Amino acid sequence: MAEFLSLHDAVARYVQDGATVAMEGFTHLIPFAAGHEVIRQKKRDLTLIRMTPDIIYDQLIGAGCAKKVIFSWGGNPGVGSLHRLRDAVEKGWPHKVEILEHSHAAMACAFEAGAAGLPLAVLRGYVGSELPSVNDQIKFIECPFTGERLAAVPSVRPDVSIVHAQRADRQGNVLVEGIVGVQKEAILAAKHSIVTVEEIVDDLKAHPNACVIPGWAISAIAVAEKGALPSYTHGYYGRSNRFYKEWDAIARDRDIFTQWLDANVYSAAHNDGHNPAGGQA
Amino acid sequence: MSLEYTSSEMMTVTAARALENGTTCFVGIGLPSEAANLARLTHAPDVVLIYESGTLQTKPDVLPLSIGDGELAETALTTVAVPEMFRYWLQGGKIDVGFLGTAQIDRYCNLNTTLIGDYRAPKVRLPGGGGAPEIATNAGEVFITLKHSKRAFVDKVDFVTTLGFGRDGKGRDNVPNIGKGPSRVITDLCVMKPDPDTKELVVVSLHPGVTREDVKDATGWDIRFAEQLENTSEPSEKELTILRELKARTERAHAGE
Repeated sequence: MAEFLSLHDAVARYVQDGATVAMEGFTHLIPFAAGHEVIRQKKRDLTLIRMTPDIIYDQLIGAGCAKKVIFSWGGNPGVGSLHRLRDAVEKGWPHKVEILEHSHAAMACAFEAGAAGLPLAVLRGYVGSELPSVNDQIKFIECPFTGERLAAVPSVRPDVSIVHAQRADRQGNVLVEGIVGVQKEAILAAKHSIVTVEEIVDDLKAHPNACVIPGWAISAIAVAEKGALPSYTHGYYGRSNRFYKEWDAIARDRDIFTQWLDANVYSAAHNDGHNPAGGQA
Repeated sequence: MSLEYTSSEMMTVTAARALENGTTCFVGIGLPSEAANLARLTHAPDVVLIYESGTLQTKPDVLPLSIGDGELAETALTTVAVPEMFRYWLQGGKIDVGFLGTAQIDRYCNLNTTLIGDYRAPKVRLPGGGGAPEIATNAGEVFITLKHSKRAFVDKVDFVTTLGFGRDGKGRDNVPNIGKGPSRVITDLCVMKPDPDTKELVVVSLHPGVTREDVKDATGWDIRFAEQLENTSEPSEKELTILRELKARTERAHAGE
């Protein structure tokens, strides 16, 4: 049964140095508040898994939390580069970060296979792509029934997955609405999971086929109001496209980034330290 | 009397016209998304637009900045999980056209969105493959749109992120259960199609006012031209008006947040 913890305590308990961590949310519901808490607690040597590293991993990489990043599209959506990711890969700042690169289809299948308890995912993928030449985790197998050559990738089995959702009820059951990404798969694939929510309610008021994750399948729930900003929470607040654009200039320069981190993450105190303005200070 | 328009508008309008009404289209963010929505708002009201964020049959009022903007989910027929999107809808063969952009493209339509330089010591690290590697092979066919320049149109891509026809033009030969690959490339100068036999890109239509020299100067290999070279028709007043309104709405929406 999910335990209700403060975000500080949830991260302190479940995110260990050296852990494999998936913070998911496909553009929507990105768990920024939790990411900032991981930075504040100075977690190190993390293997960070995310289909789209987005600004959240740009921040974690720049803050020195990452040893390795496993991803499939590493840009600032609609804006351009993730400059902290690039600086780490191209120049080794603040230290060298190893990358392992997939396609979206393969990562989505790998999360699903992890949730299904399988060791691998099989897909009709990577045909003619040179990604298999730089990622030794992409193999090809022959279908035993048809002989077709198919791609195989290992399933994703994180030590801990962290996602954000609209709300939980008092039993810890969680409702995810809108673009659901690989949220459910990430939770079910992981040994432990933390779900941050906008609010706790008496009744989820979920439709019969809604994406509901039972409380007994989740390790910890923490309330983090506006916990996805500058990403968004469908039904609660919109995406701060403005901040995504502003991030380009902040992340481009090591000093400006460091100052931003000091002012908006390390020094931020209220609401478990997450600056709900998305760091527009 | 001819209308005033930019080369970017010419590109978007031409790319939009490529989409037929009723087509099921898996849409990349940026230029493809702009063209696909212009098609939907003009000649193709029943085009089915699908984005990799899981938004199925979506009708955004403003163009999304990201592939997962709330606008896409709010105006979609339904929103499915990302594994379902890639497995059932794309890999399952339900997509007619994949519409992609790219950073680099070569004469055999191979796309590079991974990096410039050497993989272990890149000069420039680009975002990576995203959905493109499987969109390009699991959709029925592929349209590509990007601005024409020597930086983008290179003799050999630094990295094949996404298959066009392979480094020798034969990359799809005898591979079962995949789509036919790129069928047209639309730029701000011209329209190109792969030669039916060699798969090398050939210019089939020049936009108004564009010369063969303009295209040669912006292409990193000795580009060929079709014997029956056509002239792309100008954008209509209606197309331009709808495109400009769409972009103005988009700008207002993104500035207001």
